[in-house]
Amino acid sequence: MDDQSLRVQNASPSTSVSPPGSFLQEVIEATPGDSRLGMCIQCGTCGGSCPSAADMNHTPRQIFAMIRADLREEVLRSNTPWYCVSCYFCTVRCPQEVHITDVMYTLKSMAIREKRYDDSTAPDFSQTFIGYIESYGRSYELGLATRHNLRHRPLQLPSMVPLGLGMLARRRMDFAPQRIEKIEQLQAILARAIELEVGV
Amino acid sequence: MTTKLLFYPGCSLQRTARPYLDSLVAISPLIGIELEEIQDWNCCGATEYIAIHHLASHALVGRNLALAAQQSNGTHTVMAACSACYLNLAKTDSYMQVNAQLNRQVNDALQAGGLHYQPGTVRIRHLLDIIVNDIGIEEIRTQVVRPLKGLRIAPYYGCMIARPDRDNRWDNVEHPLALDKLMKAIGAEVIDFPLKTHCCGGHMTQINMPTAYELIRRLVYGAAQYHADLMVTLCPMCQLNLDAYQSEMNRHFHTSYHMPILYFTQLLGLAFGLEPEVLGLGKEFVNASQALSRIGIEVPATELELEMVENKPARKKKEKAGLPMPQMRHSEEEDE
Repeated sequence: MDDQSLRVQNASPSTSVSPPGSFLQEVIEATPGDSRLGMCIQCGTCGGSCPSAADMNHTPRQIFAMIRADLREEVLRSNTPWYCVSCYFCTVRCPQEVHITDVMYTLKSMAIREKRYDDSTAPDFSQTFIGYIESYGRSYELGLATRHNLRHRPLQLPSMVPLGLGMLARRRMDFAPQRIEKIEQLQAILARAIELEVGV
Repeated sequence: MTTKLLFYPGCSLQRTARPYLDSLVAISPLIGIELEEIQDWNCCGATEYIAIHHLASHALVGRNLALAAQQSNGTHTVMAACSACYLNLAKTDSYMQVNAQLNRQVNDALQAGGLHYQPGTVRIRHLLDIIVNDIGIEEIRTQVVRPLKGLRIAPYYGCMIARPDRDNRWDNVEHPLALDKLMKAIGAEVIDFPLKTHCCGGHMTQINMPTAYELIRRLVYGAAQYHADLMVTLCPMCQLNLDAYQSEMNRHFHTSYHMPILYFTQLLGLAFGLEPEVLGLGKEFVNASQALSRIGIEVPATELELEMVENKPARKKKEKAGLPMPQMRHSEEEDE
């Protein structure tokens, strides 16, 4: 079996193929590690492997071409990264070993920072989710589902009630969130990390 | 011999995947593992935190790694049973090892909480990896007192345990065999499930339901095509999506699948002779008692289950006789 990590280490850094100041360069720099995004050969294996490509505005291959073409606005408005389910099929199949899933996360965080998205369902879900983590240190499914559905699917909320009650009855959900003991410690860590991130 | 493990339960195992936790705790002494929970662990961020703040998402995980390293007395192995937790913990640890800037920044953030983490100090492993590769399938086989003979199982790994597989833990990132072998060892009949590492829908159940329903449908349809009695999983997200949203999916496509989704630890427990109650059986939405009664395991019905059965159109048991022909009434929904 090939040692993937070894091959990645031996490969030349992909940053060399992107012109400075371009959107491509910006995405590469915002992705931790070597994203190898500049190595994309537009083969389309990613889109062909993607379970939710059919519902994306652009397939991953198209997104990468758009990044190279400096179509910043269009890329950040696309629903593509938000429909990524983090299944890593594209990542393990990519012949150029582009870290596609990581690039999708980068695009999400860029779109959130600049509020460039047309459909806010997915960004809001992420925001609500991390809101609970920042307050309690742990996720809180009941609050998350209720708040998210109230905001984005109020009309479908009644149809979700049996599911919620079923979860509660099975003790697979709690009425109240759990808070970790040292929540202040966690909050201090996250605050410092966000400070560093903005400073970068 | 007992293997001690630092245990990272994660949020799901506390609640939505409670049966996973209960069955894991029940089988642990039998397979010789001792779980020591990481004190005051926090959420791993799932697939959401990293979508907003990438550095903070690594710092979030970094706190767990630092706590685990502090607590490690006698072991450096951190075990997660949830695939997303496993992936996130392993990812941060490995990125901190190869990326000096990330390592510096995460530690800068951790310092704000009086913590420090030297990447590589702990080893992150998934429960399945430990059971199959450390304890070993032969050892599991010796514990079996009630082989699950006659139970047809679709082994379902989901995405995040097999991929991206930075440590080369699995034989194949798309068609791993560890769970297949483990289920065979406890006497079950294991189908060669082609969709074993396909996506369960992930967070799409919260973001765009039709996308999620289609992904759920493919998996349940695939398992039903192979006449599986149930699907076995090792990920709380997969179990939740396939189990809790199965009836919604059926309503969406006007289908009537009844495919129970159980955790592999629950089946191990049954094979080890443990009672269904201690394994959290009966807490699934798609009731598994009919499937399990085929091999003589009776899950006592709770009031809740009786109520659910009344509200749900019971799926007619398939005739065992006859060739395994494709079911024509679903043929309009071709997969590829």
